[in-house]
Amino acid sequence: MLLIGYGNSGRCDDGLGPAFAERIEAMGLPGLEIDIDYQLTVDHALAIADAERVVFADALVGSAEPFEFGRIHPGGAGSLASHSLTPATVLELARTLYGKEPQAFVLGIAGAEFGEVKEGLSKDAMRNLDLATAFFLEWLSGGEGTADRSRTDSETVS
Amino acid sequence: MAEPRMIEISPVTRVEGHGKVTIHLDRDNQVDEARLHIVEFRGFERFIRGRLLWEVPVIVQRLCGICPVSHHLAAAKAMDVIWGVDELPPTAEKMRRLMHYGQVMQSHVLHFFHLAAPDLLFGFGAPAEKRNIFEVIKENPELGRRAVMMRKFGQEIIEATAGKKIHGTGAIPGGINRNLPIDTRDAFIKTIEDMVSWSQDALALARGYSLEHAELVDNFASFPSNFMSLVRAGDGALDLYHGNLRALDSQGDVIFDQLDYRDYHENIVEDVRSWSYMKFPYIRDIGPETGWYRVGPLARMNTASFIDTPLADTALKDFKSVTNGAPNNAALNNHWARMIEVLHCVEKIRDLLHDPDLQGTDLQARGHRREEGIGVIEAPRGNLIHHYQVDDKDQVTYCNLIVSTTHNNDAMNKAVKDVAVKHLSGHEQITEGMLNHVEVAIRAYDPCLSCATHALGQMPLQVELFDADGALIDSRAQAA
Repeated sequence: MLLIGYGNSGRCDDGLGPAFAERIEAMGLPGLEIDIDYQLTVDHALAIADAERVVFADALVGSAEPFEFGRIHPGGAGSLASHSLTPATVLELARTLYGKEPQAFVLGIAGAEFGEVKEGLSKDAMRNLDLATAFFLEWLSGGEGTADRSRTDSETVS
Repeated sequence: MAEPRMIEISPVTRVEGHGKVTIHLDRDNQVDEARLHIVEFRGFERFIRGRLLWEVPVIVQRLCGICPVSHHLAAAKAMDVIWGVDELPPTAEKMRRLMHYGQVMQSHVLHFFHLAAPDLLFGFGAPAEKRNIFEVIKENPELGRRAVMMRKFGQEIIEATAGKKIHGTGAIPGGINRNLPIDTRDAFIKTIEDMVSWSQDALALARGYSLEHAELVDNFASFPSNFMSLVRAGDGALDLYHGNLRALDSQGDVIFDQLDYRDYHENIVEDVRSWSYMKFPYIRDIGPETGWYRVGPLARMNTASFIDTPLADTALKDFKSVTNGAPNNAALNNHWARMIEVLHCVEKIRDLLHDPDLQGTDLQARGHRREEGIGVIEAPRGNLIHHYQVDDKDQVTYCNLIVSTTHNNDAMNKAVKDVAVKHLSGHEQITEGMLNHVEVAIRAYDPCLSCATHALGQMPLQVELFDADGALIDSRAQAA
């Protein structure tokens, strides 16, 4: 399984994705490959094409929940409009270019402070990171109740 | 008769960060004024103050998720000066150059294939659902796969030289902290010839577009301007990593040449205007009205006397022949220029991979410490200036950055105005295709406005119409 944590840790809570990935990486879990980047770009399509399962971890804006987790599918062909891509668009690229469609999930962790050039997570983001980490570990182990956090595409990615 | 109105595009798609375009129409639907507004990160210089000099090359990478290596290297060059080092050990300079060529290559490839190609292949006014890379891939899947592999190659060069894909630590004050292991080198050598070949194909594609659409290219956001870049000391060759400043006017006459970049602040003034956070630099001796200039790939093709790699030099001669050696003013030719630079970078990478200095062990120099340092490189988008002062505790007390997009601020605004007047004036209905023409003009400069805050839920494209009193009368949004 591939975990991609992305965001800019120099922009407050935008660093939630990398912070999550670094935390999981430090645990040295078997069978889990970690990738950390500023943002999703076209070359991630190649990386995920080789994976059976992919989890995209990113900061989440404007959510009342501490985190949201859900399945995503390839899509968003019309949304390739920036140097950075959405997870669905990366999946679409992997399918289009390499004929691969790994099982994919998005873990959005709610942040509170964005935009300012500043290192470190806000207090709220730290709390949400803890909750998301606990959930993710339980999900990895196939624990009870994790499906309750699963949302549909449209609910997860606003 | 229609009321005067203002069209607002916010933010601009396929441009990083937060920018918006406002277009003011008069009562006859003629474009009265068109501007690109920037919300730039104003806090960055403050963020750097108080940092220790040795950590600055790492910390500045947080400025930009698109070209962090450019900031890493510009800051390292400035810190070399403070470290008292005027000449790096050969291994250090060549490792840094390798890193830089990898960065420029992958950045240009990403821009050309994935951001510009849909506009170029399907037309600026094509339906939005047609203008995306998936439609390009449908017509030429091999092109899409090559673009991903070229981008990946550049990223791997960065990782091998900087240590990590992001927040690299390779460049340190006075040198580099690693060399290139033989097995890593050999892995790159296995694929470098593919990169050369694919770069030539990409160049042919870009060149073909410019020549086959010469009338459009010559009249789309094309205007005379000054141009500025680094060129190699002495012979004026293209040099993306180091050199002196050269500025030419629209006729190709020299404004200044072989100017020591440490004197940039005596020759470049950063003007401020009330309606934009981003400054407007101009050449002091000419003044703000006509002293603005362009930087970036097109500017570099205009300023460089030649290119010191054979394939790219042949391409440069071909490029210059189109204008009989005079400066090329067409913004869309930035794409052609970009692909010449990709070929140049790949040729340079190939040369470096066969240079035994990359396995050298003399990695860092040290001299008499200074209190001030200025580092300049040619980033993918153009000239990038980092300027620092430090105190006796090695803490930064002053920081000034002029990034490529800031250098191009005036030029991008003129491009927006030019395209808006030609393509929007006289129309009662403003279509998405017309608005895209404006964005194409901006994207030709590949601006990086304020990078990498991209959390889920951001980046829609909003178009808003305002009446003469500034009241919102209409708006629409589309997927970004």
